[in-house]
Amino acid sequence: MATSAVPAVHDRAARPRSLSGSSRHDQLFRAILTACALAIPVLIVMLLIVLVRGADPAIRKFGLHFIVDSTWDPIAGKFGAFPLIVGTLLTSLLALVIAVPLSLGVAIYLTEFAPEMVRKPIAMTIELLAAIPSVVYGLWGVFVLMPILRTAVFPLLRSVLGFLPFFQGVIYGPSVLAASVILAIMIMPFIMSVSREVLLAVPNSQREAALALGATRWEAVRTAIVPYARSGILGAIILGLGRALGETMAVTMLIGNRHEIVASLFAPGYTMAAVIANEFAEAQDRMHFAAMTYVALVLFLVTVIINAAARLLIWRVSRGAGSGGKEL
Amino acid sequence: MTATLEPPVAATPIMVPRVTFEPRDAEPEPIATGELAIEVRDFSFWYGQVQALQHVSLTVPRRAVTALIGPSGCGKSTFLRSINRMNDLISGTRVEGEIVVEGASVYGSEIDLVAHRQRVGMVFQRPNPFPKSIYDNVAYGPALNALCSRRDLPDLVEQCLRRAALWDEVRDRLDAPATGLSGGQQQRLCIARALGNQPTVLLMDEPCSALDPIATQRVEELIFELKRDYTIVIVTHNMQQAARVSDFTGFFDRGGLLVELGGTNQIFTNPKHERTEAYITGRFG
Ligand SMILES: Nc1ncnc2c1ncn2[C@@H]1O[C@H](COP(=O)(O)OP(=O)(O)O)[C@@H](O)[C@H]1O
Ligand SMILES: [Mg+2]
Repeated sequence: MATSAVPAVHDRAARPRSLSGSSRHDQLFRAILTACALAIPVLIVMLLIVLVRGADPAIRKFGLHFIVDSTWDPIAGKFGAFPLIVGTLLTSLLALVIAVPLSLGVAIYLTEFAPEMVRKPIAMTIELLAAIPSVVYGLWGVFVLMPILRTAVFPLLRSVLGFLPFFQGVIYGPSVLAASVILAIMIMPFIMSVSREVLLAVPNSQREAALALGATRWEAVRTAIVPYARSGILGAIILGLGRALGETMAVTMLIGNRHEIVASLFAPGYTMAAVIANEFAEAQDRMHFAAMTYVALVLFLVTVIINAAARLLIWRVSRGAGSGGKEL
Repeated sequence: MTATLEPPVAATPIMVPRVTFEPRDAEPEPIATGELAIEVRDFSFWYGQVQALQHVSLTVPRRAVTALIGPSGCGKSTFLRSINRMNDLISGTRVEGEIVVEGASVYGSEIDLVAHRQRVGMVFQRPNPFPKSIYDNVAYGPALNALCSRRDLPDLVEQCLRRAALWDEVRDRLDAPATGLSGGQQQRLCIARALGNQPTVLLMDEPCSALDPIATQRVEELIFELKRDYTIVIVTHNMQQAARVSDFTGFFDRGGLLVELGGTNQIFTNPKHERTEAYITGRFG
């Protein structure tokens, strides 16, 4: 982009002058863009430096043991992030388990089966859902979703799946499962609208190829269209996962905020993002503050590692047998 | 939607052609008049309000190549895609008249579309292999339609690739992605994929228009080979191609009218209609 000399193409007579003129502009433009691009890695490094320096006392005191330790006692000055890490990963994973099938179902319905008239309106409504601030989702979760879950859904789950340890015990309301459900609702618009775009980008020739070979509409979706779009769909899921990992407000309003690991999903839990949001203002002593910064550092690294792994997965999937879909 | 003029035709394949089709007289082609694979009677087609085909009637004999030529936008693709009902994908379309393929009325209420499309293969203008392996592309149809046992699938795939004159080029890399093949190879793979379904009819919509001359020649040779076993209908706007590969040629004119259909020699040397002659001699189109 930066090296193209547009005026020279239009005006041959003025070629040398305009070429040199534009190349000076080009250089400036290029320098600005390069600076912008460099700002990102610089920001990341600075962020890391701040996190590491802030967390330094906690890193010295607890070391790597921090991530497998379960005590969180600000009075005694003992900290461990294990329940937080588990809570973050567990809620995000559960949210994906709930959100992915639903979102893909809606995206496939919208691109392949829905009547032409309703496609656009529904898609636009979904995109609107993605723009709602998460604290609003949190409020709705507390006042609407949680009562429904507590009185209807959770008891039903317990009576049907109660033989599993995950669905046993007292039903409080605020719980890992409630947080996962609100997370699922929050990431669904992203997964839906991105996978819808990806499915729309599948060339019609692929649909026709499948149908002309005797596939039914559903078989065409299953055997040709979704496989063609698979790396893009994976990208959509990862986008959703990224949102779920970092989501703070709605989760902290529904998860119950307890530093515990309990097998039952009906029990309260905690996440890394939630603990930072909740305790940051109250952190009095240095070690509490350092421990929280350490949590932030771990959250940062977990997010980076998961995203890198996901990129690798997409890369491998799109290379294997030659995917048609473009990567996100 | 469907106005069937007559009830679906019974097993007897011998039908009196309604119009226009005349087998070549001067050539010793072993085609009996009765051996018809496709019969089209008074077929009209609309995209919404726009009529794309007007009262088309023609017959297509078995195991021969019938070429459809005509200026751009005259409805050749629409006609071809009506035969396997690919136009069903487009909303707001409407048909009148009847198309009968091997005794089954395509727009009749009793048609099993999946089985019909399995018997009537289609090759598209642009090669459209699936982004799967070469093997999986050819195996797609037979696996989907459960045409042969899992054990026999490799043999079938090999056979189809051989028939499509592609086997020697890909035998060592059946697991490689089909999208890595050249354009001409991809198109032959698409032909092999269509053959995998063991069809009786092959519809080809300008199968060479995206290919270079050498790849085009290979595909043309292939078409010539395949007509021994398959009924082939090919749309082309390349008249030399029609003259080279086809036994019969039909000329469509603007507005979706079939002007005439006859032996390829006759159409190119002694056309009955002025419009046909004008088109063939390059005075329009
Ligand atoms: N999907 C469509 N919707 C509306 N009109 C169409 C569509 N496809 C083709 N047509 C119209 O139908 C006519 C015939 O098109 P087509 O069958 O593609 O012609 P050909 O293959 O002979 O070039 C053209 O006028 C074209 O504009
Ligand atoms: Mg066409």
